[in-house]
Amino acid sequence: MSQVAQSRGRLGFITGFLVLPLALYLTFVIWPYIQTFGYSFTDWSGQSPTFRFVGVENYTALMKDEVFRGALWHNLLLLVFVPTITILLSLFFAFMLNAGGRGGAGGVKGVRGSAFYKVVYFFPQVLSLAILAVLFGAVYRSDEGGLLNGFLTKIGIVDAAHPVEWLNEPDLVLWCLLMVVVWHGVGFYLVLFSAAMQSVPKDIYEAALLDGAGRAQTFFKVTLPLLWDSVQTSAVYLGIAAMDMFVLVSTMTSGQFGGGPDHHSEVMATVLMRNFLYFGKSGYACAMGVVMLILTMILSLITLRATRRERIEF
Amino acid sequence: MGSTSAHGENSTGDGLGRRDLIKRSAALGLIAVPTMSFLSACASGGEEAPEGGAPKGAVTKENPFGVAKGSKMDVVVFKGGFGDDYAKAWEAAFDKKWGTTSTHLGTQEITAKLQPRFNGGNPPDVVDDSGAQQIKIDVLAKGGQLADLTQVLDSPSLDDPSKKVRDVLIAGTVEQGTQGGKFVALNYVYTVFGLWYSGKLFKEKGWSEPKTWDEFLAVCTKAKEAGIGGLAHQGKFPYYINVVIMDLIAKKGGLDAMKAIDNLEPNAFEGNPAALAAVEAVYEVVEKGLLMPGTNGLTHTESQTAWNQYKAAFIPSGSWLENEQLKQTPEDFDMKFLPVPVLADSKLPFEAIRAGAGEPFIVPEKAANKAGGLEFLRSMLSREWSTLFAQQANSLTVVKDGVDPNVKLRPGTQSAVGALKGAGTNTFNYLYPDWYSEMDAEIQNASNELMAKRIQPKEWIKRAQAAVDKAAKTPNAKNNKRS
Repeated sequence: MSQVAQSRGRLGFITGFLVLPLALYLTFVIWPYIQTFGYSFTDWSGQSPTFRFVGVENYTALMKDEVFRGALWHNLLLLVFVPTITILLSLFFAFMLNAGGRGGAGGVKGVRGSAFYKVVYFFPQVLSLAILAVLFGAVYRSDEGGLLNGFLTKIGIVDAAHPVEWLNEPDLVLWCLLMVVVWHGVGFYLVLFSAAMQSVPKDIYEAALLDGAGRAQTFFKVTLPLLWDSVQTSAVYLGIAAMDMFVLVSTMTSGQFGGGPDHHSEVMATVLMRNFLYFGKSGYACAMGVVMLILTMILSLITLRATRRERIEF
Repeated sequence: MGSTSAHGENSTGDGLGRRDLIKRSAALGLIAVPTMSFLSACASGGEEAPEGGAPKGAVTKENPFGVAKGSKMDVVVFKGGFGDDYAKAWEAAFDKKWGTTSTHLGTQEITAKLQPRFNGGNPPDVVDDSGAQQIKIDVLAKGGQLADLTQVLDSPSLDDPSKKVRDVLIAGTVEQGTQGGKFVALNYVYTVFGLWYSGKLFKEKGWSEPKTWDEFLAVCTKAKEAGIGGLAHQGKFPYYINVVIMDLIAKKGGLDAMKAIDNLEPNAFEGNPAALAAVEAVYEVVEKGLLMPGTNGLTHTESQTAWNQYKAAFIPSGSWLENEQLKQTPEDFDMKFLPVPVLADSKLPFEAIRAGAGEPFIVPEKAANKAGGLEFLRSMLSREWSTLFAQQANSLTVVKDGVDPNVKLRPGTQSAVGALKGAGTNTFNYLYPDWYSEMDAEIQNASNELMAKRIQPKEWIKRAQAAVDKAAKTPNAKNNKRS
């Protein structure tokens, strides 16, 4: 068989496998997107098959919507902090688990009990976000019954008559939520980075050690560059999580679909849902959906571009 | 190909390496995840289902809507504080009488279950559209999805055919269920709103029931001295503290003050001395530290349970409170209802209470068995079904004297009934939460800020008025007027 014929045969083979998933994808992913785009130009209430075409009215209203703009700002804040904090922490822990131990003769190993820690770190990932919301609801509870308040009261930092209303404090609420996401994510990315570190040949580390590199140097000069692929992918994943945040915000904070107090923890998804289901402004909500889609796509592209580097082969 | 190392940028003209490709497609695919769930939620179902074909029986005096024998009934009820046993009992009674076959769904997820059906044009025949996930009535009405229930009102009552159904309803029921001038929702459960306390705690401490706001503050102060909170409220849901604020306004300023708010008048809050006095009164509780510590961030169950554990003297709520807290309430708690105490020079007396119908039952305009749905509502307004409800759900209905006197009520409900009798014709009810969801949400937000001491009463008034002015600009404002 000639080269060309061979590659054609393979093409047909691959196409055969792809038709069905592609059709499903088009029907259940792409088609709703297109519909949403259509609805975003109407005054659809969400509870009725009839609606009126209103042009770009929804989009102009969106520009002026302070609540939505605030939500966008919160999403951007999260977008910066969620990936940064999670990745830094996981990298640190992963490095300690894999190469942080006081090495014996030329050996590179993790701190004592690292295998055990790896399992423990992974626990939070097993819990669903809904369970996390309940769990951290109890941690952040605004009276003495809350874990944090109870603890702080016991050690005398907080006055029992004036407990900290964690999720009801405009300046704290977003950071409290951020904490939960980080707590949830660190374990997973730790395991991911661990796996990547373990695929780095030991001899590289040994060479670095022989050359007299300290732990920090080993990390920045050897480990991080070799892990760059994984870090990049993680950043994209975490960025996407930061653009969502719906489950946590809507269940943990006050207000219809969350966002309280007074819109201080609002994210785009909660504003969208409130308009969609509660205020009966579904067309408007669809416009938000479209904006969210576009923003997320732009951000993903930027992340992929910005983190592109020359690959180091080993 | 085939080697594990990817073709990097330095390899010759092969474009993307395999790993790159997988990584990028994964990343792009994942963009879909957060947005997709919302976007696809936006997509509506099919087009309008063909109408007609609804089974129709002969219209007689006994069968005013023409229910067809052997037809199917599709009933969906919110399974919340009242459970759904009452509905099952009703359906059994209905099937027996009309020879229908009922399908029953009791759920908390009204929106999720019903939205696609409304959009697809195949809604159920009767819906109890309640709970946190209810589909807002104003939204449904605007979309033309609700059957006009005036025909039920004008049909003969089952207990006494010489009377019309509208004559056996407690005052305000019709008004409450009217949207844009059309009666579309039968709010079935009669609810009173106010403050609640433990008769046992008050007896123990020797406190008496406060009738004025000053007396109320005095009890709260004594409670604080005794080491417990004065007022608890369901901070995560400012809906509840709004009961206190709004009731104070209505009592101080009279029914005109209430109507001004519902009718979105430009001086509903701003320039209304009654409103300012009411908000200042509530703020006094905050300022004097008479709130239960931490109550601003608690959910309704958390705060109510703390109150049941004697951690606070008062809590605002509607008369569903007793049923909701059944498991957490100590046996000897002796739950008692208290109308919101009055400010000096109030136009309404202390006994006046906010009372209204809740738990809206609707018949969708496009219901397959609309006649059955209407007949179902007519049956609900019979004494037999009303008693069934009171027994199964521990609550009163909008049917006048609709509960058999032999049914024994729990202490909280009992005292609510007493308060209702004491109020006589002095009952009032706000309609803006049903008419203007967005305005309601904004006022709730302002109240949350007020209770957390982040804004002052004047600022609250400003924000509430802004919410009113904004609502006045919506097209809906033209259709809703009360007098």
